[in-house]
Amino acid sequence: MVTATVKTIPIRHCNFEAKVKTAGNGPPLVYLHAAGGPIWDPFVEGLCEHYTVYAPHHPGTGETARDAIHSVDSLWDLVLIYEEIFDALGLKSVPVIGTSFGGMMACEFAAHRPERVSKMVVLDPIGLWREDVPVAPYMLMPPERLVATLYKHLDSPPVQAALQMPSDPKQVAVVTADLVWALGATGKFVWPIPDKGLKKRMHRIKAPTLIVWGEDDALVSSVYAKEFAARITNSRVEIIKDCGHVPQVERLDVLKPIVANFLNA
Amino acid sequence: MKVTMFHFMPYRDLPDDFPGKLPSAWVDTPWWEYGDANKVTDYYNWSIDELMLAAKVGFDAIGTNEHHQNPYGFMCNPNLFGATLAKLTRDQGLDQVALLQLGATISSSPPIRLAEEYAVIDCLSGGRLIAGLPTGLGNDVSVSNGITPMEHRERWREGVDFILKAWTAKEFFAWNGKYTQLPKVNLWPRPVQDPHPPVVIPGAASSSTWDYCHERNFPYAYLSYFGGKSAYNVLDRFWDRAAAKGRDANPYRASFLQIVGVAETDRKAEEIFGKHVEYFYHKLLHLPLYYINPPGNADYKSLLNILSSGTNLLQIGDFTTDLKPLKAKDMIEKEFVVIGSPATVREKLEAMAKRLNIGHLMVALQFGSMPHELTKRNIELFGREVLPHLQKLWEDQPWENHWWPKKLRKRPVRQREMATA
Repeated sequence: MVTATVKTIPIRHCNFEAKVKTAGNGPPLVYLHAAGGPIWDPFVEGLCEHYTVYAPHHPGTGETARDAIHSVDSLWDLVLIYEEIFDALGLKSVPVIGTSFGGMMACEFAAHRPERVSKMVVLDPIGLWREDVPVAPYMLMPPERLVATLYKHLDSPPVQAALQMPSDPKQVAVVTADLVWALGATGKFVWPIPDKGLKKRMHRIKAPTLIVWGEDDALVSSVYAKEFAARITNSRVEIIKDCGHVPQVERLDVLKPIVANFLNA
Repeated sequence: MKVTMFHFMPYRDLPDDFPGKLPSAWVDTPWWEYGDANKVTDYYNWSIDELMLAAKVGFDAIGTNEHHQNPYGFMCNPNLFGATLAKLTRDQGLDQVALLQLGATISSSPPIRLAEEYAVIDCLSGGRLIAGLPTGLGNDVSVSNGITPMEHRERWREGVDFILKAWTAKEFFAWNGKYTQLPKVNLWPRPVQDPHPPVVIPGAASSSTWDYCHERNFPYAYLSYFGGKSAYNVLDRFWDRAAAKGRDANPYRASFLQIVGVAETDRKAEEIFGKHVEYFYHKLLHLPLYYINPPGNADYKSLLNILSSGTNLLQIGDFTTDLKPLKAKDMIEKEFVVIGSPATVREKLEAMAKRLNIGHLMVALQFGSMPHELTKRNIELFGREVLPHLQKLWEDQPWENHWWPKKLRKRPVRQREMATA
């Protein structure tokens, strides 16, 4: 277990008080979380062994003020906030890893400021749309269906561990409210269809990119892997077998060496 | 008390096995399997005729609303119906009836268009509009109309501010809002009512809406299908907030919606209306929470309050499952619906109005699968045996109704009274 701290960074854009969770040793690496809000899971812990991980919290989630989301009006605002966070942390050109919604944001940032991203890893990112394989409407599901959409093996120990709720009912209420609010706060930039023009901007991405997908992803089908690969010049795809939307939970054993090899190459 | 006949305009002929495996009646009911446009021709015409009948038997107002992509009620733009009713009531000498638009959903339509349409209805009717300014349900605003849930409430607030200014400004103005930008606003026409038609804010028990109403001195309409008893907690807290914000307990600050069926005896009423009650709660109200409240729709504080309270505010968790075991008899017993003889209905509604301290009552006398003839009988019997009794309520009190069209504030003299005078 590494000790993490949360940095507070006042951002001029949108007057947003950013919060960035930081831990680890080594060169810097930025980690962008998924739509459900910041989660410090064994995958991130593992990254901290070799990197100083900076994990910004999306406006309205994690350690940020819940109402902060109301002053961030557009995707453009959000991208500029990330740029200011990079500036404040002195990150000139660093690897960026993003999962799901965070994967989309990694692509958006790498398209906006290609020189600031040295390498990119996206895990089952959203951000593109194919009419024949629509992205599942994950904001319009009862909890049990959402969970079944995220994971292939609900009964597996790592999935059960990821879904573990606190024992105190008060904490359950807070955790649930935070999760719903995080879906709303990230959903602000992808509602009602997560296709907000990324396809027009992806040609600008210069970072060598690893596109990882759970083969049986029910939220955003693994057929999207080739859509991302076709638009990111210097990219390759790794499909993880027998795995749903969250490879970092379901198949960490497989994912970890793939990511490590890519970052070390 | 001012009493409104409120109409949802539902699809009245869904098959017995509906909804079957459909996850929701809203959004998810395929038109091509269940919808018949020729039947809908009848539904729209019957609904308008039923509201006109209510106007004839002496209701203070007739009410329409907006919902989308569902068989529960599909007056997609209530102002189409409000305009029709404004013209028909005027032509038929029913100038005593107000038009309660409850209303056009603010967050999902251009506010300039809503300001115009309401002004048109007020002009067409000669100043009889009550302008409902609803926030709308998540499924209507965000699912059926694509508005980002996180922006739903902000859009509503800005829309209301815009509409009030567009109605009243005595100068050209530019509107540089977050969601509406207009270079030069000069609304044509303006409402007849000066400074503007009375407004009412419908809501579903959100504490932030109560405070908003009290801060602006707007009345609140609590829309629930679970009857007066389930509304005690909500209205009590509404009145607590009123006191906290320095507002008086004028009952005309509040309205409540109630499904009502009247027949000669309690037993007959239960027999006649039972299946329509079940149709309404089991088929039409088949609406899951994830549609009503998509993430971002409820503000964080309300969300945490509801999740922490342990008990659901509405005493109903999920409409798609929790209502299904209840039979009409249960729903009558729990007073979700008020069904009975004229004496029973009078007694229950009066007790409810007094307990909730409401000066406005909206009754839905057509609900679910009720056919046209039965609906007419319900309206006539209610109009004859219940309505005059309810309209007298609060008359012995000094409260003034500031939230009703000025020319209609006196109790109407009904046509029948005039005929027999």
